[in-house]
Amino acid sequence: DVIRPVNALCHLHEKRVGSRTICVGCRSSLTTEAFLQQAFCDNRIVSSKYTVWNFLPKNLFKQFRRIANFYFLIIFLVQVIVDTPTSPVTSGLPLFFVITVTAIKQGYEDWLRHKADNEVNKYLVTVVEDGQRVRKESEKIKVGDIVEVLEDLILLQSSRDDDTCFVTTASLDGESNHKTHYTVPDTEKEVELLNATIEFASVHIWYLPICVAVSACESLGPENLLLKGATLKNTKKIYGVAVYTGMETKMALNYQGKSQKRSAVEKSINAFLIVYLFLLVGKALVCTTLKYVWQSRPGERVQPGEIRTLGDMFTDFLSFMVLFNFIIPVSMYVTVEMQKFLGSFFITWDKDFFDTEIQEGALVNTSDLNEELGQVEYVFTDKTGTLTQNNMEFIECCIDGFQYKYRESQAELDGFSVTDGPIYKVQEKEMEDLFLRALCLCHTVQVKESQLAEVDGDQIDSISGAQCGFIASSPDEVALVKGAMKYGFTFLGLECKNMKILNRDNDVEVYELLHMLNFDPVRRRMSVIVKSKTGETLLFCKGADSSMFPRLRREEVDRIQVHVQRNAKEGYRTLCVAYKQLSTEVYVQVDASLREARLALEDREEKLAAAYNRVETGMTLIGATAVEDRLQEQAAETMEALQSAGMKVWVLTGDKMETAKSTCYASRLFQQGTELLELTVRTLEEGGRPREERLLQLLQEYRLYLLLPCVVYRSWSSAGQDYGLIVDGATLSLVLNASPETDSSRYKSLFLTICQSCTSVLCCRMAPLQKAQIVRMVKNSKGNPITLSVGDGANDVSMILEAHVGIGIKGKEGRQAVRNSDYAIHKLKHLKKLLLAHGHLYYVRIAHLVQYFFYKNLCFILPQFLYQFYCGYSQQPLYDAAYLTMYNINFTSMPILAYSLFEQHICIEILLDSPTLYRQMAKNALLRWGPFSYWTLLGIFHGLLFFFGAFFLFSNPALLSTGQVFGNWAFGTVVFTVLVFTVTLKLALDTRHWTWINHFVIWGSLSFYIVFSFFWGGIIWPFLEQQRLYFVFANMLSSVSAWLAIVLLILLSLLPEVLLLVLRRPRGPRVRQVPATTVSRYSDPFIPSLPAPSFLPLTFFFSFANSSSPPSPASSA
Amino acid sequence: MKSQQAANRPDNTAFTQQRLPAWQPMLSAHFVIPGFLLIGMAFIGIGVALYITSQNIQVLEKDYTGTGQYTACSECADMQTIPCICNVTFSLTTLFTGPVFLYYGLSNYYQNYRKYQVSRDDVQLWGDVTKSPADACAPYQYIDNKPIAPCGSIANSMFNDTFSLYQIINGTMKLVPLDGKGIAWWTDYNIKFRNPSAQGSLQDAFNGTMKPVNWSKPAYELNPSDMNDNGFLNQDFLVWMRTAALPDFQKLYRRITSGDYALGLPPGDYVLQIEYNYAVKDFGRKKVVFSNVTWMGGKNEFLGVAYIVVGSLCLVMSVVMLVVYAKYKFADENA
Repeated sequence: DVIRPVNALCHLHEKRVGSRTICVGCRSSLTTEAFLQQAFCDNRIVSSKYTVWNFLPKNLFKQFRRIANFYFLIIFLVQVIVDTPTSPVTSGLPLFFVITVTAIKQGYEDWLRHKADNEVNKYLVTVVEDGQRVRKESEKIKVGDIVEVLEDLILLQSSRDDDTCFVTTASLDGESNHKTHYTVPDTEKEVELLNATIEFASVHIWYLPICVAVSACESLGPENLLLKGATLKNTKKIYGVAVYTGMETKMALNYQGKSQKRSAVEKSINAFLIVYLFLLVGKALVCTTLKYVWQSRPGERVQPGEIRTLGDMFTDFLSFMVLFNFIIPVSMYVTVEMQKFLGSFFITWDKDFFDTEIQEGALVNTSDLNEELGQVEYVFTDKTGTLTQNNMEFIECCIDGFQYKYRESQAELDGFSVTDGPIYKVQEKEMEDLFLRALCLCHTVQVKESQLAEVDGDQIDSISGAQCGFIASSPDEVALVKGAMKYGFTFLGLECKNMKILNRDNDVEVYELLHMLNFDPVRRRMSVIVKSKTGETLLFCKGADSSMFPRLRREEVDRIQVHVQRNAKEGYRTLCVAYKQLSTEVYVQVDASLREARLALEDREEKLAAAYNRVETGMTLIGATAVEDRLQEQAAETMEALQSAGMKVWVLTGDKMETAKSTCYASRLFQQGTELLELTVRTLEEGGRPREERLLQLLQEYRLYLLLPCVVYRSWSSAGQDYGLIVDGATLSLVLNASPETDSSRYKSLFLTICQSCTSVLCCRMAPLQKAQIVRMVKNSKGNPITLSVGDGANDVSMILEAHVGIGIKGKEGRQAVRNSDYAIHKLKHLKKLLLAHGHLYYVRIAHLVQYFFYKNLCFILPQFLYQFYCGYSQQPLYDAAYLTMYNINFTSMPILAYSLFEQHICIEILLDSPTLYRQMAKNALLRWGPFSYWTLLGIFHGLLFFFGAFFLFSNPALLSTGQVFGNWAFGTVVFTVLVFTVTLKLALDTRHWTWINHFVIWGSLSFYIVFSFFWGGIIWPFLEQQRLYFVFANMLSSVSAWLAIVLLILLSLLPEVLLLVLRRPRGPRVRQVPATTVSRYSDPFIPSLPAPSFLPLTFFFSFANSSSPPSPASSA
Repeated sequence: MKSQQAANRPDNTAFTQQRLPAWQPMLSAHFVIPGFLLIGMAFIGIGVALYITSQNIQVLEKDYTGTGQYTACSECADMQTIPCICNVTFSLTTLFTGPVFLYYGLSNYYQNYRKYQVSRDDVQLWGDVTKSPADACAPYQYIDNKPIAPCGSIANSMFNDTFSLYQIINGTMKLVPLDGKGIAWWTDYNIKFRNPSAQGSLQDAFNGTMKPVNWSKPAYELNPSDMNDNGFLNQDFLVWMRTAALPDFQKLYRRITSGDYALGLPPGDYVLQIEYNYAVKDFGRKKVVFSNVTWMGGKNEFLGVAYIVVGSLCLVMSVVMLVVYAKYKFADENA
């Protein structure tokens, strides 16, 4: 029993709750109880939700948890249990249909997941078992197995000689640089015979390996742990111990936990639903009451056996509920879902979103939010990689106070051109070389090995051609190394801790890399300690100016600071480069402290940071670099379009203020005329008073400044003046987390008011969490504006998740943002079409869909309600059961679905040309109570018309020329025919974009209704108890009066619609003119937006007034 | 590489790019104003035709409930003597153009009451009297464990007043022949309803069933004068079984199509002899209606008036639109 004493050695974490101890290679030999308790999950990846066996119950349970489905289930059960006017089939069939469609969709999705899982789980891997190498299916790997590649594992043996391996974690966190991982010392030789235990300590839920015990406890760290999903680079194969398997791997854990976002439209639907529910209950109550009032009147004939008790009343109430339950459209949910699901394909299919470089189109992760794209009020965008390309280019450098600019056109030997300084002075030359060496050495860039392999020692020249051969986590670093290459210093690569540089004279210089002090966002700098051939130990450091300047000797700073600030202003990313010579004694100290910190078992991070800080002091500044981050294609046009569409654009960046500001200017978020208000540490410190007081004072000043002129000269002031606000992270945290004694909500509301009056806001120096905080603050502000976040990096994930709509840009910083986003696009410019065209159309479509659904069911059920007054409140259905069942499923469902997929009330080009059209839909314009009551009134009007039209027609039921009479089913059929035609033609009137599909479904539905009615009435159906509709439809059509009444009622119902369509300002040609002439971002925001088309009928005289006024200042000019 | 490119690239079809050729109708005033004018005129035309037709339809209504303001048949209203025969007399000054249709009308009578309305068995009425009647027929399902044929409330409450019409010529009563054929729907008589089939007479076919409680005669003896007008195929029964849509309704009783009266009822005095069996005075009224019928059916002024109103509305709207549009266009051109 070897393990126990070993465990005792590693006593540090032995008894910790939930600690993880893994036994390697001891499976067959050991049955100690210590390991029996530790049951690790197997290596099956399960992303599927159902199995064949539990699919039905589990899926049904999930579906009936939705309120609407549950409601229909209840109605169905009531119909089964209580004696109700309609058979259970009428509500059971639609419900069954809806449930089946949803189940099929979810089943299909789950089948895809199963397939993907199986692909992973059945993958064959090599496992070392009892000293032999065996091929095994991936899902059978157990924790403790030694495997070739795969899983989360502790690296044991590498094919490389230096016991390292390189991986990229692009699919995990998006970082595409090569990371070096090390094998566990002592284990690399005999993998087959290894016998050891590994201890883990918990670090936030996730465990980090602490030590491995073979003969003695060896410390392990993250550099020994390889995560599943990483890709092996430059290494043939490795062996490792599987320590996490299946669902416990970090990759699997990462996949979980994306909260569900719900769209504002869904909230509107729910609100309308409640109104209709009240309507339904109200109708049922009215009918129940009236029934008993009517029956208690003397002389009324009551059916034999009908007793009036409280129980009967309740049954009656339920019966009425069942009779009127169609007012809440069961099929709406399924149609909405189908519309969203199918509609989202248009985004993936759009070839404008296709990127030829990556060979991919846009990606839709959630189709639930399509319409939200048409409602965006605030856009939060990241800067680097989103507004800018994250494609860095070395622009210039400044060495010892002199500026150097590279110009390719100049044929100078070394490509150097000096703008404002001498070059070849001896001293300058020295500084230049030092600077360039620093650039070549101080980085984490790696050379792609494939290219390195081709290069022999003799043919060194050829490497300069291999420009794309650098890989790094940050594009800045590549840009710098490439920049140095242009000036003659080429980094050749890192081999066995030796960095090789090809200098200007084509000599290879070799430096031994002693320590790498990695970059982190807190320090905002990185350093290397190298030893040159001559034995000098040098520390090179580069970093952001703010973090560097305090650590430098004062005298050089001023000269270079001028350049740095000027460069920053021009939108370049600047870094300062410094160095320090370390004497042998000092280095020994430094070395010791760094090693100690690195091996620390506890608080390693802090100790390391402290050690780094101690080393990086008293350095000498050599120079500064300027790297340009180009703007994305059409970034400025896109931003301008978004702003004129009424969206407020906020830039949230971690960059420094000057750089961010210049990007804002470049992307036209700030313009020459924009007045900038600053809330930064600088402005806070001006007054010399405590920061918080000064902040409050500033906030109040700005608010007065912004709001007063609006009150006084409302229309004048805002027309000419735009305001921009600049906030930095420190100030923002002061605003958001103001100390308890001050009124923090006051700061917040003041800040919000200021922000809302500015056209654009720039937040710089933001931490990722602060980005999310800002989004949350705006999201929860008054009016709950719809927010959208765009970002491309892992630091944007929090704000992408927080915003209503999160958009990921498939950029250079990996896929983290894309994975967490709702929609992923390639370029910022795609945002314009996504919002202005797709979003706008989706919103109009779904809004119309929802309103139409409520409308058509209201005018469907209202006649049935009215009929109760003429049938003794006996729950007599007006329509036949087949009509009741099929109205929503067959007769009227397809036209609206086609409409909601293909409608373009304004065609895409015009939407893109005139962003102001986007404002028409702002604030959920089509689903507010105004349009809703319009549709409801329309439904009531139609319902009344249908019923009383037929009622008066039937005042003499002898409608046939033979003198024969019609009965109650003919009455219902007349109403129903008018209903189906009116409702479908109403949609036809609203359709502005008739594709062949629209024609097909609209005319198809109507003909289907006619054919079905003939068919349904043409046969004695053996399964029916009563042949109610037998030849009713055909007989109805043989009556001239019925024909005339049907035509009259349809026409009369549609008359107001047609009138409105005509009397509203003619849209077509005008819309085509307006955008070309008037749209400018200076157009007065206080002019009310154009009346929404086709949905606000009340405004037709208003629109006359509107249209008769001169259309645009541009045309009058 | 090529194939991958093809796989990833979205299809560049009109459908996927939302560029399907589309008709974008614009309901412009140019199109709608003439349209409204046309529709308006057409509607007024139809309306006038309907109205005139309706006006030309002669209607003669006689309420014979026997209570209230109408005294006809008041002697029978208390339902003491059964059968009670009463006479309703009327005189025509002009020819009542034929063919004349005789309707009976009931008011405040809820044939569309749900529980009443479902109380029938269409399978039984299709000729199957051997099976047990549908549960919906209860409480008119069985008598002494024998099925009722026809079962249910509707059949049980069948209207059973009978009418015969006499013209008084020189003091003698001349019978006006009433035609009871073709008063029900053709499909009801020929397809939807069937008499039970049996070897012998219709009576044998109904063997083992009971007549409805309220009926004085069994189904197979409904019309003693015409053997083919009995059982479930009795035309009065068929008419009754087609339940009315509204509580005030009228149903076709007879047509006057033959003999001297084929062209109509000539001026003169008439006596309508009513066998008063059907009690409605507790809840409503009953009446008898003479009417002639045109292509639009019976008299109904609603349609004509509605067409004229809607037609005029269209005309007015087209004029309003014309005015507004002219003004608006004027302003538009100035701008």
